[in-house]
Amino acid sequence: MSVVVKLEDVHKSFGLVEVLRGVSFEVSAGEVVAIIGRSGSGKSTALRCINRLEKIQSGSIEVCGRRVEAPDLDLRALRQDVGIVFQSYNLFPHLTVEENIVLAPRRVKNVKGAEAHALARTALEQVGLSDKIDAYPEQLSGGQQQRVAIARSLAMSPKVMLFDEVTSALDPELTGEVLRVMEKLAKGGMTMIMVTHEMGFARRAADRVIYMHTGKVWETGTGAMLGSPQTPELKNFLANEL
Amino acid sequence: MMYTFDFSSLWAYWPEFLAGALTTLEMTFAATVLGLCIGVAGAIARGSRHAWLRVVAGGYVELVRNTPFLIQIFFLFFGLASVGVRMPVLAAAVLAMVINVGAYTTEIVRAGIEAVHPGQIEAAESLGLSVPQVYWYVILRPALERVYPALTSQFVLMMLSSSITSQISAEELTAVANNIQSITFRSLETYIVVALLYLVLTVLLKSGFWLLGQGLFPRRRRLGTPL
Amino acid sequence: MNGGFSLYYFYYLLEGMGWTVVLSALAFVVGGAAGFIVMLARISRSAALRRLVFVYVQIVQGTPLLIILFVVYFGLGIFGVEMPPLFAAGLSLMIYCSAFLGEIWRGCVEAVPRTQTEAAECLALTRWQTLRDVVLPQAARIATPPTVGFLVQVLKSTSLASVVGFVELTRAAQVINNSTFQPFLIFGIAGLLYFALCYPLSIWSRALERRLNVSRRQA
Ligand SMILES: Nc1ncnc2c1ncn2[C@@H]1O[C@H](COP(=O)(O)OP(=O)(O)OP(=O)(O)O)[C@@H](O)[C@H]1O
Ligand SMILES: [Mg+2]
Repeated sequence: MSVVVKLEDVHKSFGLVEVLRGVSFEVSAGEVVAIIGRSGSGKSTALRCINRLEKIQSGSIEVCGRRVEAPDLDLRALRQDVGIVFQSYNLFPHLTVEENIVLAPRRVKNVKGAEAHALARTALEQVGLSDKIDAYPEQLSGGQQQRVAIARSLAMSPKVMLFDEVTSALDPELTGEVLRVMEKLAKGGMTMIMVTHEMGFARRAADRVIYMHTGKVWETGTGAMLGSPQTPELKNFLANEL
Repeated sequence: MMYTFDFSSLWAYWPEFLAGALTTLEMTFAATVLGLCIGVAGAIARGSRHAWLRVVAGGYVELVRNTPFLIQIFFLFFGLASVGVRMPVLAAAVLAMVINVGAYTTEIVRAGIEAVHPGQIEAAESLGLSVPQVYWYVILRPALERVYPALTSQFVLMMLSSSITSQISAEELTAVANNIQSITFRSLETYIVVALLYLVLTVLLKSGFWLLGQGLFPRRRRLGTPL
Repeated sequence: MNGGFSLYYFYYLLEGMGWTVVLSALAFVVGGAAGFIVMLARISRSAALRRLVFVYVQIVQGTPLLIILFVVYFGLGIFGVEMPPLFAAGLSLMIYCSAFLGEIWRGCVEAVPRTQTEAAECLALTRWQTLRDVVLPQAARIATPPTVGFLVQVLKSTSLASVVGFVELTRAAQVINNSTFQPFLIFGIAGLLYFALCYPLSIWSRALERRLNVSRRQA
C-alpha cells in the first residue's frame, strides 16, 4: 500500500514553546487514523502542519510524494490534495451552500457552470443534505453546517482528508449525524486523519489510533489499544475521558 | 416688516438648477467609485505586513479626518495652481472629494475586514485558493457586504459636502445657486429651492444605493439580516 | 504687503483659531441642548411628535450645512437688521448639531436594555423618573465616545462660517493667502492647527470607546 502522508521527526515551536517534539507517523492510502490526546498535546498543530497552515522548524513531512517543508513547494497543489475540516466549520457566511462548495472547484480547478453544479449536488448527496443546496449557512444547524464543510472539502476530490475535532462544537444528537457521514467516507476508501475526543468512534471507525502526549507520539496501535493501554499516561487519559 | 416670498422669478432658471444637480450627481458618482477604490486599497494597506505602508495609510486617514474639507480644497486647488499645475476646477473638486472620502472609506472597509474571522481565511487557503482569490472572495466581498450601510451613508454625506466645492467655483448645484441669487436677488428663495433639490438628491442616492445593495448582496436580499 | 509669511500672520491665524474654538463651543452647547430636546421628542409617546421631529432630522441631515447656512443667513436678513455673522453661523451650526446629536443620543438611549425600563416601571417610577434616574445615566456612558467624536465634526464644520465672512481660522488663512500667495504654506499651517484641535479629541473618543467595550465585555 502506498504511503500518502509521512511525518518524520517533526519539530514545531511557537516562540519558545516547543509544541511538536519529534513526531513521526505514516498513513497509507485508504487508511483511517485517529489522533487522540490531552488538550494542548499538539494534535491540531500536527494536523495543521500537514497542509502547511503551520510551518515546521525541522524534520520532514511528505504528502502524496510532495515534501511539504520544501521551499519550492507548490502550496496550492498541496492544498488540492489535502482536504481539512475545522471544529468551527468556517463556512463562508455570505455564500449559499452551493456557492460554498463550488467556489474552490471553479476558481482553482476551472470547473464550469453545469459541471460545478453537478459537483455540488454529488458532494451534498454524500453528506445527506441535497435539500439544502440553496440555503445560507446561518439557516443551518451546526451539524448541517459541518456536513456542508465536509462536502466542500470533498468537492475538491482530495487524496487525504484531515478532521480537527469536527464534532466538539456540536450537541450529542448532531454529533451522530456528522460521525455517520465520516464513517461512510471511511468505508468508501477515503484516506483520513482525524483528531477526535470521541473514543467510541475512534475505536469503531479507525484502523489505527495514535495517542499524542506532550508533543510526541506516545503510543500507537489498533482501536483495541484503547481497551488495553500500555503506558500509564494513556491509561490516565482514557480514565479521564470516560 | 412683512417679507413676501417670490419663487416665480426662479422658474426661468430651472435648466440651470437641473444642470447643477446633474453635475453634483456626476461628481458624486466619480468620487464614490474612486473613493471606494482608495478605501479598499487603504484598508489593505492599514492591515499590511509592511510597517511603512501601515504608517503611510494611517497618517493619510488621520490627516484627512482631522482637518476641514474646505481647507483641503483650498490647499489642493490654490496650492497646485501656485506651483503651476492648472487643472479644470471640476477635476480639482472631484480629486479633493476622492481624497477626502477615501480616508473615511478606508476606516469603514478596514472595520469590515477586521470582522472577517481568521478561520475563514484558513478555510479558503486550505481549499487551494490563491492569495488574490482569498482576498476577493472571502475577505473583501463579505467585508463590503457587512459595511455597506455605513459606506453608503458616507457617500451620501460626501454628496452633501460636495456643495463646499462651490467655494472654488466648481459649477455644481450650490455654485449655480450662488450665481442665480446674485442675478435675481431672491437669495432666500434660491437657497430654499436648492435645499429641496439636495433633499431630492439625498433620497435618490439612498434609494439607488438600496437597489444596488439588493442586486449586489443576494444574501441580504433573501434573509434580510446583517452579515 | 507681499512680504511673505511672518510671525504677525501666524498670530492672526492663532486669533482665528480662537474664534473657531469659540464658535465650536457655542454650537456644541446650544446645539447639544436642542439635540437633547430632539432626542426626547424622538422617544416620546406621541407618534405625531415623533414623526414631526423625524422629518426635521431627515431634512437637516439631507441638506448640506452650507445651504443651511445660506438659508439662515438670508432668512435672518429679511428681518432687515444686520445680523453679526457669528449669529448666523452659530444658529446654523446649532440646527446641524441638534439633528445629528439628537439621533446619536436616541440610538444610545435605545441601546439601554428594555428590561431596565421595565424594572424601573415596576418600582412605580414615573416615566420621567425612569428616564432621568435609570435610562439616561446608562445612556450617557454609551453616548460619550460618539459625542466626543462628533465634536471633531463640529470643529471642522465651523470652517464654513468663513463663507459668510466670520473671521475664524479658515477665513483668516484666506485673508493672509490673498496677500502672500503661499497657499501650500498658509493652508498647510491652518490645516495643522485644525489637526491640533481635532486629533486629540479623535484619540480621546477612541480611547473612551475602547474602555466602554472592555467594561461591556466584562459585564
Ligand atoms: N498560533 C499559536 N501561537 C502560539 N501558541 C500556539 C499556537 N497554536 C497552538 N499553540 C500552543 O501549542 C500547544 C498545542 O496546541 P494544539 O492546538 O496543537 O493542541 P491540541 O492537542 O489540538 O489541543 P486541543 O485538544 O485543546 O485542541 C498549546 O499549548 C497551544 O497553546
Ligand atoms: Mg486542537
